[in-house]
Amino acid sequence: MPNFEHPEYPEATLLHLESMVPCRESQVSSLLSVFGERQHFSFPSIFIYGHTSSGKTYVMQTLLETLELPHVFVNCVECFTSRLLLEEILTQLQNLSSENKHGSHVPCDTFNDFVRLFKQEIITQELQNQTVYIVLDKAEQLREMEANVLPGFLRLQEMTDRNVTVVFLSEIVWELFRPNTGCLEPFTLYFPDYSIVCRDLKELRHLAALNFTKYCEPVVRGEANERDTRRLWKNIESHLKKAMQTVYLREISSSQWERIQQDDGEPGHLKGLSAHAHVELPYYSKFLLIAAYLASYNPARTDKRFFLKHHGKIKKTNFLKKHEKTSNHLLGPKPFPLDRLLAILYSIVDNKVAPTANIFSQCGTCYTDWKEPCLLPIPLLNRSAGVLFLPWHILPQETKGSNTM
Amino acid sequence: MSKRKSKETSSVNGECISQVQRILRERFCHQCPNGKLFGVQLQYKHLLELLKRTTIHGESNSALIIGPRGSGKTMLLNHVLKELMEVKQVRENLLQVHLNGLLQTNDKIALKEITRQLQMENVVGDKVFGSFAENLAFLLEALKKGDRDSSCPVLFILDEFDLFVHHKNQTLLYNLFDISQSAQTPVTVIGLTCRQDILELLEKRVKSRFSHRQIYLLNSFDFKQYLKIFKEQLSLPTEFLYKPFTQKWNKNVQSLSEDRTVQDVLRNHFHCSKDLRSLHMLLMLALSSITVSHPFMTGSDLLEASKLYRMDSKANIVHGLSVLEICLIIAMKHLNDVYEGEPFNFQMVYNEFQKFIQRKAHSMYNFEKPVVMKSWMRLQHFNFSFSSSESLSQKRSMVDKLC
Repeated sequence: MPNFEHPEYPEATLLHLESMVPCRESQVSSLLSVFGERQHFSFPSIFIYGHTSSGKTYVMQTLLETLELPHVFVNCVECFTSRLLLEEILTQLQNLSSENKHGSHVPCDTFNDFVRLFKQEIITQELQNQTVYIVLDKAEQLREMEANVLPGFLRLQEMTDRNVTVVFLSEIVWELFRPNTGCLEPFTLYFPDYSIVCRDLKELRHLAALNFTKYCEPVVRGEANERDTRRLWKNIESHLKKAMQTVYLREISSSQWERIQQDDGEPGHLKGLSAHAHVELPYYSKFLLIAAYLASYNPARTDKRFFLKHHGKIKKTNFLKKHEKTSNHLLGPKPFPLDRLLAILYSIVDNKVAPTANIFSQCGTCYTDWKEPCLLPIPLLNRSAGVLFLPWHILPQETKGSNTM
Repeated sequence: MSKRKSKETSSVNGECISQVQRILRERFCHQCPNGKLFGVQLQYKHLLELLKRTTIHGESNSALIIGPRGSGKTMLLNHVLKELMEVKQVRENLLQVHLNGLLQTNDKIALKEITRQLQMENVVGDKVFGSFAENLAFLLEALKKGDRDSSCPVLFILDEFDLFVHHKNQTLLYNLFDISQSAQTPVTVIGLTCRQDILELLEKRVKSRFSHRQIYLLNSFDFKQYLKIFKEQLSLPTEFLYKPFTQKWNKNVQSLSEDRTVQDVLRNHFHCSKDLRSLHMLLMLALSSITVSHPFMTGSDLLEASKLYRMDSKANIVHGLSVLEICLIIAMKHLNDVYEGEPFNFQMVYNEFQKFIQRKAHSMYNFEKPVVMKSWMRLQHFNFSFSSSESLSQKRSMVDKLC
């Protein structure tokens, strides 16, 4: 006796459907009851939201295909402009009931043309008596298209005067979609995640596939039996920690990971992607980098105190006292002018530095030669002074001890 | 004998339920023109008078129907048109052009649509017109056909009127209102909009040509009338095929409207949003639970429907986040409170998170910074925080605000 009851569809189909959508029975039964019978009207638009990998696309596709309802399935990331989207819907609609699966391309520029062509197409396909479903996956992309696309789709049933329901699948809640002047509200349905433990199915699958063999190792070696979860956990714990740093962050690829596992040695030095970011810099470039770091994080007032031999005290103004809480580190780097950078450089390098072209070229190469630009010049033309005023902006990096002096 | 009888009644029920669903779904989802209007008698009379004057007496006019979303503007207009079409003279003469601000996004498309709806494509052919006004004048001139000395009355209906005011120079609106003031063809322009401040959006020259006739639909009914509306909307029409079922159904609806739980549900709903469209959605949800084994609606159906309708979506999404992400959200909220809504960046949130970890060292694993960064990016993807400024520096220094 299947969980789903529906007068329209045969029991066998419903049983088959139930077997294909585990743990999603309540959502599927709500959808079935909302859809109703084939010729009945349904909500003009339905909005389904839920986390990544909570099964929205899969369940929708399975439901529509198993029950053989006429539908059009479009991914809004694939068809990222309105023209692509509308043409894709019309093309798929053409292919719905024709034997020739490659229908001709239908040009469609505007939503106006779309409505007209859609109406004609429904009549030629003789689908007036059935609900046609248009499913728009990754619907958050619709917000980036023209302003009339989203409200237009919400009202498609009214505008075309046909039996059509538009289903939106998205990870983002409806409140962030709603246009400013309001619109026809869709029926919202939530797909909860599968369980407390497993949140992101794709991620989990990836990691589980990689780590499962290691997990089973003690059992294979005969040290523990299958139910001895504590022992298995102890074995796998350090391994998972290592995995968190590397595979989870996509620092090393899964094939590399598998190879390391097979070697079965202690994964001593895993050379991840971030390791390649450590570069040995030439002498002056190192100092330049340090000078730039100091310039970007220290306010200009404090230069006098740090870099001159005879300095006075700095009085703390009221403004400073109020904002003592937020340290400069938290707020991020600030832009600074080129001469300040050079001034700090001269004061931190021990021996005398000649302002040669060498230094200036190193400023430039810091930006161009390295794969990751450290110094980013923002040219600003100061017309009144007649001088190219170049504030430099340093991007903070993980300086993992590569700059040894 | 009794078995056969019960089989008969059950088969009748199956077909009967299907018909009930069909009728009510069409009423709730598709707004069929046979529905009844509530509380808008004055506006109905006003609009009917206006249109009669155009179609029968040949006067030109313009009007705006203003009301919030779901208050019944389109439905009112459709009802009026239906009654008007019963008059023979109107049916034979009146030409209607329906434009929608969502579809005709600029004046060129609008003009092509007008040509198409007036079925003048052959007449216009390949002619090239200098301006919008010339084109429109040509179309109206061409409406005088045959031996008629005056042309047929034309009704322009502009849905989502507030979108037309954003077109360049408001050319379409200017020309339409212009011909409604000056031309010999009897032309009426009716605009439907949800914006109350629509008149401020019109340009001066457009506003002066508009007749300033406004019809307001303001959902001005109280809870008692709302209950009556609920009863009428849910009742089956008397012409329905299965008479005994109709009587039982309608009696059930009557008892529902007197039930305390149902009244509470409806009162909550009424306090949230008065308009009929949301009532329709609620009734539709309750209707979807009607099957052969459950042929009459109960109070619990309505309660379930109400819960489903008013689910808090943000709470649902937060429920699905991982522990680390929830910690980050708590850190962001804390920062928001301390700094009173100032923007923050990842570094600040990470510091808060570290402070929390140090206090409760054993309850949570201390994740590394890149792992926390990945959770942060995920939260941004779900639009929990959005960046308030375009900054050139890397992701770590991006300033964000909590949604």
